Amino acid sequence: MTVARFWRKIPNRYNLIGTHCTTCGEHYFPPRQMCPTCRRDGKMEDHKFEGKGKVVTYTVIHTAAKGYEMQTPYNLAIIKLDEGPSLTGQVVCDQNEMEIGMRVRSVFRKLGEESEKGMIYYGTKFIPE
Amino acid sequence: MRDVAIIGIGCTNFGELWDRSFRDLFVEAGVIAIEDAGIQGEEIDSMYVGNMSGGRFVEQEHIGSLIADYAGLASNLHVPATRVEAACASGGLALRQAILSVASGHDNIVVAAGAEKMTDVGMDTATDALAAAADREWEGIMGATFPGLYAMIAKLHMHTYGTTSEQLAAASVKNHHNGTMNPIAQFKNEISIDTVLNSNMVADPLHMFDCSPISDGASAVVVAAADIAKKYTDTPVYVKATTQASGTISLHDRADITTLDATVAAGQRAYKMARMTPDDIDMVEVHDCFSIAEICAIEDLGFFRKGDGGRATEAGDTAIGGRIPVNTSGGLKACGHPVGATGIKQAVEITQQLRGTAGKRQVDGAEVGMTHNVGGSGGTAVVHILSRNR
Repeated sequence: MTVARFWRKIPNRYNLIGTHCTTCGEHYFPPRQMCPTCRRDGKMEDHKFEGKGKVVTYTVIHTAAKGYEMQTPYNLAIIKLDEGPSLTGQVVCDQNEMEIGMRVRSVFRKLGEESEKGMIYYGTKFIPE
Repeated sequence: MRDVAIIGIGCTNFGELWDRSFRDLFVEAGVIAIEDAGIQGEEIDSMYVGNMSGGRFVEQEHIGSLIADYAGLASNLHVPATRVEAACASGGLALRQAILSVASGHDNIVVAAGAEKMTDVGMDTATDALAAAADREWEGIMGATFPGLYAMIAKLHMHTYGTTSEQLAAASVKNHHNGTMNPIAQFKNEISIDTVLNSNMVADPLHMFDCSPISDGASAVVVAAADIAKKYTDTPVYVKATTQASGTISLHDRADITTLDATVAAGQRAYKMARMTPDDIDMVEVHDCFSIAEICAIEDLGFFRKGDGGRATEAGDTAIGGRIPVNTSGGLKACGHPVGATGIKQAVEITQQLRGTAGKRQVDGAEVGMTHNVGGSGGTAVVHILSRNR
């Protein structure tokens, strides 16, 4: 991912800041500029999520994405935050601990890096609560 | 809107074709289709080309122009050619655009093609290029791969409906069996449930043999206004429905992770457009990029109740001779999945079935067939219903 594209989202990535539609009350993460329910009638504001939620589903990745080879096997999950929206993220724990429905909370972690001299990506991962 | 028919089909072999270039492949498929239709270049009004990622796989963009040029249709005839991209649904969408341009009355004869050359790059680059069909900023950056996304669908399907690894494997075993009867298939070998379960784990619970391969290949069809189709062929195959639907690009935004909403929507629109129900379909080519994708597709298209897809597959309901034959071509799993070409190849297979020329894989009494092509983890779905009868 290019540096510019990553930097643009840094506050959201580092602090789990999404959006909240004040018209219908729905929360969104990743952030959206337009509410899919209210569309142009929706009034959006930033919303910082608590970072707590539960695992909807997960996998243990053995064949990694580019740049993630050193991390295999790693746990990837869809996590439903308590405020409503779901997101994709890694869960840092033993793969045998993983189960659907488990409670997790967000932590600040290194996600990856471009190359030895490249940019290091930080963001949110999850650990068992 | 005018009725539209398929009057010509062509397909290269699918596989690791290291001695063939991207342009070799689409020219070969296009020429087979044009000769099959018995048309001349002068009769082609326009072309639509499905290609997902020429820029990543062969570092070539401007694919429309390239294809028109190397098909010999640019320098004198200046046939317009448009590239269509919707990740792995690029081919299906190219076919849809071709059909719409004829149906609208703007064009009379249009070539729809799909091509992808994926083996010129290493596995990690190919995986990364494919991951671009998901949400790069909020899935890819977290370490998501395509098998990983479908693995999460599989995990929840197993948790919710009791689907087993053996039932998933049964889809791959069946598709390999069908592939043994398809001359163009990348894999023409039988496999067993044990072959699947003993293969490397890619993303739990998906093994390597739950996954479609990296492939090279191209396919093409010629579509024409139905009123002139009989001039070219005794066995035109009529388009009864062409539909497309979008779904959330991220899997995590899906209301039900085990349902591809775009498939449901495109399927329902297709049944309505054709005035048909799932019972009217004699065979279907579904988008089995992973074994779980086939299970979800046959449920989402209404052939089986939600949650029953795995059991039905294990019971042989989707085999040739079963209740609804699925992926007689071998599917993406055994026939191969050159991403841009897949959606067109599905139409080639159904056309062969409806012409009665599918050889050993022929479905008895085939009258109506369906194709189902998905982009990403369900961001796009394209469905066609094709029939022997107008």
